Amino acid sequence: MGEFAIGQPVTRFEDPRLLRGGGRYVDDLAIPGMLYGQVLRSPHAHAKIKSIDISKAKAAPGVAAVLVNEDWANSGFGDLPRAEGKKKRDGSPMYRPHFPALAKDKVRYVGDPVAFVVADTVAQAQDAVELIEVDYEILPNVTSVALGSQPGAPLLWDDCENNICFVHLEGNKDKTDEAFAKADHIIKKRFVITRVTAATMETRGSIGHYDQAADRYTIYTTLQRALNFREELAETLNIPESRLRVVAGDIGGSFGMKSGVFNEVGLVLLGSKVTGRPVKWVCTRSESFIADAHGRDNVSDAELALDENGMFMGLRVHNLVNMGAYTQPGTDAGAYSNLGTLAGVYLTPAIHVDVTAVYTNTNIMRPFRGNGRPEAAFVIERLVDLAADELGIDPAEIRRRNMIPPEKMPFQTGLSFNLDCGEFEKVLDQSLEMVDYKGFEGRRAEARKRGKLRGIGMSYTIEKAAAPGYEGAEVRFDRTGSVTLISGAVTHGQGHETVFKQIVSDTLGIHPDEIHYLQGDTDQVFFGEGTGGSRTASLGGSAVKVATGKVVDKAKKIAAHMLGVDEVDFSEGVFTARETNRTLSMKDVARAAMSPKNMPQGMELGLNATAAYNTTRQNYPNGCHIVELEIDEDTGQVEMDRYVVVDDVGTVLNPLLLKGQIIGGISQGVGQMLMEQIRFDPQDGQNLTGSFMDYAMPHAELFPHIDIKSHPVPTKTNILGTKGAGEAGCVGALPAVANALVDALSHLGVTHVDMPATPERLWRIMQEAKAGRA
Amino acid sequence: MHNFNYHRAADVADASGKLTSLDDPKILAGGMTLLPTLKNRLAAPSDLIDLAGIADLKGISVEGNEVVVRAMTPHAVVAASAEVQKALPALAQLAGNIGDPAVRHRGTIGGSVANSDPAADYPAGCVGLDATIVTNKRKIAADDFFLGLFETALEEGEVITSVRFKIPDRAHYMKFRHPASGYAVVGVMVAQYGSKVRVAVTGAGPCVFRVSEMEAALEKSFAPASIANIKVSAEQLMGDIHCSAEYRAHLISVYARRAVEAMV
Ligand SMILES: Cc1cc2nc3c(=O)[nH]c(=O)nc-3n(C[C@H](O)[C@H](O)[C@H](O)COP(=O)(O)OP(=O)(O)OC[C@H]3O[C@@H](n4cnc5c(N)ncnc54)[C@H](O)[C@@H]3O)c2cc1C
Repeated sequence: MGEFAIGQPVTRFEDPRLLRGGGRYVDDLAIPGMLYGQVLRSPHAHAKIKSIDISKAKAAPGVAAVLVNEDWANSGFGDLPRAEGKKKRDGSPMYRPHFPALAKDKVRYVGDPVAFVVADTVAQAQDAVELIEVDYEILPNVTSVALGSQPGAPLLWDDCENNICFVHLEGNKDKTDEAFAKADHIIKKRFVITRVTAATMETRGSIGHYDQAADRYTIYTTLQRALNFREELAETLNIPESRLRVVAGDIGGSFGMKSGVFNEVGLVLLGSKVTGRPVKWVCTRSESFIADAHGRDNVSDAELALDENGMFMGLRVHNLVNMGAYTQPGTDAGAYSNLGTLAGVYLTPAIHVDVTAVYTNTNIMRPFRGNGRPEAAFVIERLVDLAADELGIDPAEIRRRNMIPPEKMPFQTGLSFNLDCGEFEKVLDQSLEMVDYKGFEGRRAEARKRGKLRGIGMSYTIEKAAAPGYEGAEVRFDRTGSVTLISGAVTHGQGHETVFKQIVSDTLGIHPDEIHYLQGDTDQVFFGEGTGGSRTASLGGSAVKVATGKVVDKAKKIAAHMLGVDEVDFSEGVFTARETNRTLSMKDVARAAMSPKNMPQGMELGLNATAAYNTTRQNYPNGCHIVELEIDEDTGQVEMDRYVVVDDVGTVLNPLLLKGQIIGGISQGVGQMLMEQIRFDPQDGQNLTGSFMDYAMPHAELFPHIDIKSHPVPTKTNILGTKGAGEAGCVGALPAVANALVDALSHLGVTHVDMPATPERLWRIMQEAKAGRA
Repeated sequence: MHNFNYHRAADVADASGKLTSLDDPKILAGGMTLLPTLKNRLAAPSDLIDLAGIADLKGISVEGNEVVVRAMTPHAVVAASAEVQKALPALAQLAGNIGDPAVRHRGTIGGSVANSDPAADYPAGCVGLDATIVTNKRKIAADDFFLGLFETALEEGEVITSVRFKIPDRAHYMKFRHPASGYAVVGVMVAQYGSKVRVAVTGAGPCVFRVSEMEAALEKSFAPASIANIKVSAEQLMGDIHCSAEYRAHLISVYARRAVEAMV
C-alpha cells in the first residue's frame, strides 16, 4: 500500500508511544501485593563461602524472605539452563558445571549471586542485604583468558582441568599446513579482542508471580526469545511448559545480552513461591556492570599465508575464548558458531581454526551484537591490511585480487559458510567512489599541515544471518475488519512492529493504523524462536508474508463466492470479479467471513491464518566500510571525518530502519575500538569499570555523518530475499577503524593498534615510535 | 539510599543554623554529586538542608571589575548569561562544557566549588580568575580555598553564598574531557591581568593548582612559544585506568599552550 509498502522509508510506528513515555517496561509494571528483591553479590572474584549468617537480615523491618543456596536446592528447582553438546580435545564431553541461582560453597566472580532478600520495599531489601554476614576465604583468581588455561592457573572447578570448557576445531588442518609450507609470505599476529558490556538503556528486570491456586508461574521479564525462554526455564523449574507463562513488555535494548535465563529470573520465582506474593527485581545501573553477562573477550593467534602475488593461500587461527565462570546456552556459541566470518569474502582455499574455551573468574558471557563475527572480522581484515603493508600492495587492491567473483557462486569457503550470492567487487568499487579514495593523499597532506595525522581504513566483511530455524506469525481479522498481528519474534528496539505492519499492509491492503501488533507473551504467541542472530526480517518477515498469503488465498475464495464468480483478482486490498466492475475490499471480506451465509460450502468461518516459516539455509550479509579519521599528534585524540558504508543485506524492507541498524551497529563497533572496555584488576579480580564514570561509551558527537548506500543482491534462501542487517554495522566497524588508525600512524612504522585505542594509548604508540626512530 | 530528614532552608542563616545544630547534616544544592553518593549508599547524612528555596542565592551580576555568580546558579545559566559572555567569555565557555545538559541545568557553582572534585572545571575557573569565595561568614581567596582532594577551607556551618571572579584582560579555558565521564582529565585556565598571568590546572592533581613557571614565562612574553618547553612533573599528579599521571602531565603542557594560542 503506497507509502507503507515494503521498501518504503516508513517511520517507526512504535516511536511516538515510546518517546512519549508510553512504553511498558518491566519496571513500569506493578502487581498488587508485590514485594521487591535484592541480590547479595560476591565482593570477591574467587572465594570459599565458609558460612552465611542471615539471622539479622531475616529480622530486619519489612523482610519477607532471605534465600540462600540451600533454599534453591530444597525448592525442587534444578540448574539454570546450561550450554551443552561440545567436546574437549580428547573427545570427552565439555565441562558443564552445575548452575544454581545462588552460589554453593564458592563464589566465582565479582557479582556472583550469594543471597536474595525479599522485602516490602527496595530500600528495606537493600538494608537487609547489608545485614547478611558472609565469611569468605579468598582464593587466588584468574580473569584473563590468556592466563586461564595456563598450567598452574587457579582452578574455578576442582575437576575441570586447566579451566578448559571445550575445544572446537574447524576447517582442514592438513591442507592448511601444506599451504603454509609452500607460502612465499606468512603474516602472523596476536589480536586481543577486549571484553565489553551491552549497556542496554533498560537494565534487566523480572517479576515472578507464582499463582498457588492454579499452580502456575508467570514471569514478566526482559528477553529476546519468549518461547525458547519458556522451554529453558520450565526445565529448570521441573514443570511442563504449560504451567509457565513468560511475558515480555517493551524491551529497551539487548544486543544478545538479555537472551539468557539469568539467576534473578529463578530467584523472583522462588521468592514468589516462598512468600506467596509477586516479587520484582530490577537491576540498577551500577549493579548491571557486575551482574550482566559480558561480550567478546578472546585472544586470536592468526597467520595468513600468501603467494608472491599477494593471493591468500591459507589461514590458520588459534583462539582462546573467555567463557566466564558458568555457561548458559549460547555462551558457547560465540566461540564457534560464527567462525565462518574468518574466511571473509576471499577465495582462500585452506583454513583451519582451533578454539579453546576457557573458564575464568569473570561474569558469564553472552552473544553480543555480532557474536563472534566482529571478532573474526577484526582478525581477517587486520591480517589483510598487514599483508598489504608487508607486500606493498594497496589494501583495496589486495582485497580485490582475492575476492570471490559472482560467477563462482555458490561458493564453499574454507570454513562453514557456503555462500549463495554476493557482488563483492561492485560493492568495494562503490565504496571507494563514495569516499573519494583517489583523493585521499591530498587530504592527508592537508591534515598534516594542521598537526593532524590522517588515515584511511577499510574492511570488507561477511557474516551469516538467519541461521537455519523457524519463526511463527499469525494474522487475525476481527469483526470490524481490523487485524491483530502476532509474531514469535521479540523486538527489543529494532522496529519489528513497523516492518511487519508494512508487510501486512502491503500484502493485504490494510492501513497500519488498523493493525495491532502483539509479541512476547507465551500465552498468546503460538510459535517461534524469537529474535537474535539477525534473523527476524528473513524468518519472522517471511512468516508474516506466508500468513498473509494464506489469508489472501482464503479471502479470494470467499470473495469469489460472494461475487458469484469462479475467480477474483486481488490487488491493493481489493478483490475484483473478472470482466465485471464489482469489487469487495479485504475488510468487506473479513467482516463477511464472520457470517456463515457468505462462506463457500464447507469453508471454516473467520479470516485468520498462522504460519510457521522455516529455512534450511542461512544468508550472508556483507558490506564494505571505509573510514577516514585524524589523530591529534599532541594528544592522541581521534576524530572521524568520513564514514561510508555500502551494504548488501539483500532486499531492503525499510531503508530508514536499515540505516538505523547499520548506524547503531557502527556505534558499538567504534565504541569497542576506541573506548569501551570492561577491565578487571589483574590481582584481586575486581571490575575496575563498574560505572559510566569509568566505562566509556561513545557519544553522538564522536561520529561524522555516516553515508550508507545499499547494493542489494537478494538471496533465494527466504521468500523476501532479505539478508540480516542487525549486526552488520558492528561487524564491519571494528576492523575498518583499526585499519584507519594504523594507516594514520604508518609513516612512523606502526603496523598495529590494540583496542581500545584510547588517546593515551595512541599517544604512547607515537612516543615510542618516534623514540625508536630517533 | 538511607533515610534522612529533609529541610527546605528559609534563608542562609536558617541553613547555617541547621548545619551546626543537627546531628549529621549536609547541604543539598543541585544534588548532582550528593544524590548519586546517597543512592550508592556511600554516605548517610541524617539531614539534608536544601538551599533551593533561597532566592538570594540565585543570579549573576557584574559589579565593577568582578563577575558575581551566586551559589545556587546552575551551570547552564552561567553558560547562557549574556553578561558573563560579554564580561568573561572564558567563564561562560567553562560552564557550558561541564558534563551534559541535565547536569548543567541542575548542578550549581556553589556545589561544585564546595565539593572540590579534583576533576571539576570550576576550581580552575576560580583560581585562574583570581576569584573570591564568599560565605555567610567570610571571604576566602580562591588560592586559599582549595586544599586537597575533596577538601576545602570551609568550616562547619559555613555556606557558600557567591563566587566573585575578577575580570581579566583576556582569558581562555581548555579542557580535555574524560572519555567516560566528561569531567576534566586536564583543564587549564590561562588569564592575563596587566603584567600578571595566572595558569590554573584542574583534573590532573588532587585539587586545582597553579603552574608558577608557566605564569612567570608568560609574564615575560605572552606567547605560546614561551611555555612550549615547560613541563609539569608527573610525580604529584593522579592517574587512572584511562589517563596516567605521565599523560596528564603532557596534556597540561599541550593545553596551556593551546589556551595561549587561542588568546594571541
Ligand atoms: C554525569 C555528571 C557529569 C559531570 N560532569 C562534570 C564536569 O564535566 N565538570 C564539572 O566540573 N562537574 C561535573 N559534574 C559535577 C556537577 O558539576 C555537579 O553539579 C557539582 O559537582 C555539584 O553541584 P551540585 O549543585 O549538584 O551540588 P550537590 O551535589 O547538591 O552538593 C555537592 C556538595 O557540595 C555541598 N554544597 C552544595 N552547595 C553548597 C554551598 N552553597 N555551600 C556549602 N556547601 C555546599 C553539598 O553539601 C555537597 O557536599 C558532573 C556530574 C555528573 C552527575
